[in-house]
Amino acid sequence: MNRYPTWKYILVAVVILIGLLFTIPNFYGESPAVQVSPAKSTLKANPELLSKVEDTLKLANINFNGIFLDASGVKVRFGSPEEQLKAKDKLIASLGKDYTVALNLLSQTPNWLLGIGAKPMYLGLDLRGGVHFLLQVDMKAALDKAAESSVGDFRTTLRREKINYFGIGRDGQKVEVKFESADELEKARKLLSKDYADLTFNSSASGKEQLLTASIGDATKKKIQEFALKQNLQTLHNRINELGVAEPIVQQQGFDRIVVELPGVLDTAKAKEILGRTATLEIRMVDEEKKDFATLEAAAKGQVPFGDELYKNRDGQPILVKKNVVLTGDRITDAGPGVNQQTGRSVVNVTLDGRGAGIFKNVTRDNVGKRMAILLIEKGNTEVITAPVINEEIGGGHVQISGMDNAQEATDIALLLRAGALAAPMEIIEERTVGPSMGEENIKRGEHSTLWGFAAIATMMIIYYMVFGGVSVLALGVNLLLLVALLSMLQATLTLPGLAAVALALGMAIDSNVLINERIREELRNGNTPQASISAGYERAFGTIIDSNVTTLIAGTALFMFGTGPIKGFAVVHVLGILTSMFSAVLVSRAIVNIIYGYRRKVSKLSIGQIYKA
Amino acid sequence: MELFRIKKDIPFMSYGRLTTTISLITFILAVFFLATKGLNYGVDFTGGTVMEVHYPQAANIDGIRKAVDGIGLKDATVQNFGTSSDVLIRLPLKKDMSIAQLSEIVAKALQTADPQAEVRRVESVGSQVGDELYSNGGLALLLVCAGIMIYLAIRFEWRFAVAAIIANMHDVVIILGFFAFFQWEFNLTVLAAVLAVLGYSVNESVVVFDRVRENFRKMRKANVVQVIDNAITRTMSRTVITHAMTQTMVGSMLLFGGQVLHNFALALTIGILFGIYSSVLVACPIAMWLGVNRANLIGDSDKKGSDKEAIEATP
Repeated sequence: MNRYPTWKYILVAVVILIGLLFTIPNFYGESPAVQVSPAKSTLKANPELLSKVEDTLKLANINFNGIFLDASGVKVRFGSPEEQLKAKDKLIASLGKDYTVALNLLSQTPNWLLGIGAKPMYLGLDLRGGVHFLLQVDMKAALDKAAESSVGDFRTTLRREKINYFGIGRDGQKVEVKFESADELEKARKLLSKDYADLTFNSSASGKEQLLTASIGDATKKKIQEFALKQNLQTLHNRINELGVAEPIVQQQGFDRIVVELPGVLDTAKAKEILGRTATLEIRMVDEEKKDFATLEAAAKGQVPFGDELYKNRDGQPILVKKNVVLTGDRITDAGPGVNQQTGRSVVNVTLDGRGAGIFKNVTRDNVGKRMAILLIEKGNTEVITAPVINEEIGGGHVQISGMDNAQEATDIALLLRAGALAAPMEIIEERTVGPSMGEENIKRGEHSTLWGFAAIATMMIIYYMVFGGVSVLALGVNLLLLVALLSMLQATLTLPGLAAVALALGMAIDSNVLINERIREELRNGNTPQASISAGYERAFGTIIDSNVTTLIAGTALFMFGTGPIKGFAVVHVLGILTSMFSAVLVSRAIVNIIYGYRRKVSKLSIGQIYKA
Repeated sequence: MELFRIKKDIPFMSYGRLTTTISLITFILAVFFLATKGLNYGVDFTGGTVMEVHYPQAANIDGIRKAVDGIGLKDATVQNFGTSSDVLIRLPLKKDMSIAQLSEIVAKALQTADPQAEVRRVESVGSQVGDELYSNGGLALLLVCAGIMIYLAIRFEWRFAVAAIIANMHDVVIILGFFAFFQWEFNLTVLAAVLAVLGYSVNESVVVFDRVRENFRKMRKANVVQVIDNAITRTMSRTVITHAMTQTMVGSMLLFGGQVLHNFALALTIGILFGIYSSVLVACPIAMWLGVNRANLIGDSDKKGSDKEAIEATP
C-alpha cells in the first residue's frame, strides 16, 4: 500500500533534477565584465561592434575570458577588476561617445546551463545596490501645453481667413476666442470645427462680447496623455543610455508614472540631473555662403565667421550653421518614418503645430535650394542630425525630411525628433538608494536568517520525529531547492522582503509535515499497523493541508495584487513558496517514506519518536 | 520524543467564556492604544525622507544635528541605530523643496561636516505615494478577509467563516496595538507581515475546523462541546510543534535579519503567539455560540459511509 507507481518516482526525480539544474547558477560567482552598447538609437549592436571591441582589447593587450553579443550589446568578461577598469578606459577612448561602456557583473554560469535558460536569481536594488526613482508625469501640464498650441493654431487660421476677433487666450485647458459679432463667431466656428475635429466648440454671449470656447474631448485628452508618457519614456531611455548603466529599467507604472531603476549607480546627484534635464531640438539654416573648404578649415581652427556656429554632422563633417533659430522642437507635434512616393526612398514625416507651420512656410519659401539643419541640443552638446536641401515651399505643417539611408534610420531619427524633449514635466516622487555594501549586507542577513532557521528546524524535527523528522527535513530541503529554482526560472526580482518570505515559507511549509507526522502517530496510537498508519496518515492530512494552504494562498494573492515595491517582492515569493511546499511536503516526503518503508516485508515499528498508548 | 501525553480531552469549551474574555480585554486595550497613541507610520506612509549614514568611527550625533540644522532643517531627527557608527536621519516633507533636492542637500551638508560620511540608504517618498498606500493596504486587507470567508463558507460553513475571521482580525488588531503601544515603526514590510499573519493564523483555525468536521462524522454519540474539545486536544500537539517551528524561523530573522527585517519579524512573532491562542480558543467558542452542529456541517447525506469508523474512534 505504501508504494508509488514508477512514474511517480520518476516525476519526483525529474522535478528535483530540474530544480537542481536551475538552482546551480546561483552558486557560480560573478566575474567583472564590461558592457558596450550603442548610445544612439541609430546605431545597432552587431557583429561588427563585436570585432571592433575584440580588436581594441587585443591591441591593448588586455586579457579577457569571454566575449559575446546579445540584444543589449557586447559583453566582455574579465579575470580581475583591474583588467575590467583598464578595458573600460581603453574602450571609451577608442569607441567615442557613440557607445556607452558600462561596468557590469556577469554570472559565471557555464554556457550549457545558460543554454537551457538557467540563470541566477534576479536581485532587486536593495540587494545589489543602486537607485530607484518613481517619477510622476505632470499630465495637467501636458494638456495645458496642448491647449496653448491650439491658441497659436487658431490665431494663425483666423488671421489667414481674415476673420475678426479681438481676443484669444487659454483658460485652463480651454481656448477662448472673443468676437464682436455673432456672425464672425459663426464663421470662425464653422471653419475651426472642420479643421479641429477633436475639439468641442461652445459659444456664449455676455453683453457685447461673443465668446467661442474650444475644449479638448476626453478621447483626445487620453491620446495626449498617452503620447506624453510615451515620449517621456523614450526620452528617459535615451538619457539613461548615456549614464552607462549596465541593466537600467525604465517602465511605465499606472497611467502617469514612470519607474526608473539604475543598478549600481551611486552618484544619485548626477542621475537626477540627467533625468531632469531637458533636451531641445532646433531648426536653423546652414550658412551656404561659407561652405567652401578653406572657410571650414579656418573655422575648425577657431575662426568661426560672425553669426555662425560650427557643428559636426553625423558623418563627422564640419558644417557652419547660422546662430538664428528658425524653429524649436516644441513646435513638433509628431514625427514618423515613411516613404517618398516619387523616389521610393525612406523619409521622416514631421508634423508641426499651426504656428510652426506658418514660420516654416515662410522660411522655406525664401530659402529654396538652401540647406536647413536640424540640431539636437543635449547636455550642452549640439549635433546636426540632418541637413537636407529645401526643394520647394512647404506649407501645411507637414514636413518631409529626406536623405535617410534606409527605413531603419528613418525610424530612428523620427524617434529622436519625438524623444528629444520631454512632453511634460516630471517630478521625482519616490527615491530609494541603497549602497552596494548595504546590498551585500542585506543578502548576508537574508541568507543567515534562512540557513540558521533551517538548521534549527532540522535539528528539532529530527529529535522529535526521528526518521520521519529526517524525511520532513529532506522534503523541506527540496522545497527550498524548488523555490530557488522557480525564482531563478521566472527571473522574478528578489528583494530583502523576498528573502524574508523564503525563510517564512520554510517555517510555514513545515506545518504540512508536522500535520502528516502527527496523523501517523495518532493512527499508530489507535492500534493500526505501521503500514496502514503511514497510508492513512498521509491521506487524512492531505485535505487539511490543501485547506490551510488555500487560505494562505488567498492572502498571498491579495498582497500581490495591491502591493507595490517591497510588498510585491514579498508576495511573489510567499505564493511560490506555498505552491512548492504542497509538492514537496506531500509528494516528495511520501516518496521518501515509501522507499524507506514501502518495500519491506515486515515493518514492526516506525521510527517516528516515542508514542504513548491511550 | 513526545511532548503531549494527554489521556483525556481537555474541556477547552468550558473555559470558552474565560478565553474569549481575555481576548476581548486585549482587543479593547489594543484598540485603546491605537486610538490614543496611534501608529508610528514610517516614511512609506507619511511621506518624507530617511537617510542611513555610516561613519568609520562612532558618529558624532551633535555634529550631525548641527550640520542638518545649519541648512535650515530644524525638524529633522537624528539618532543612532544598530551600532554607534550608524545614524538614521528622518526629514519630514518640505513644501518648497522636492524630495529629490532634499536628500541631495542633506548628503552634501553631511559630507562637508565629515568627508568620511557614507550615505548607505536613502528612502524618499512623496505624499502622493503614501496616500495610495493607505487605500491599497486597506483594500488588500478587505480582499483577504472576503476571500478567506468565501472559501471557508464554501468548504465548511458560514459559522466557521465568521468565527475564523473574527479570531484573526482580532490578531491583526492586537499586532497593531503592540505597534501603537511601543511606537515601533509601521512600514510597508510590517504591513506585509500583518497580512501574512492573517493567512497564517486562518490556517490554524482551518486545521481545527477540519478536525471538528471529521469528529462530527466519527463521534456520533458525542455532543458539540465534546466534539470540539476532542478536536482541539487532538490537534494540540501539531499546533504547538508547528508554531514552534515557524517561530524558530522568525526568531532566526529577528536575530540575523538586521534592522530592515526587525519589525517585520516582530510583527510575525506577535502574530504567531496570538494566532495560536485566538484561532483555537477564540474561533472555536465563537463557532459554537453561532450554533455549529452536526446537521449544518455534514448534512445527512454522509451518514452511511462513516458508521463503521465511528465505533473505533470514539474515545
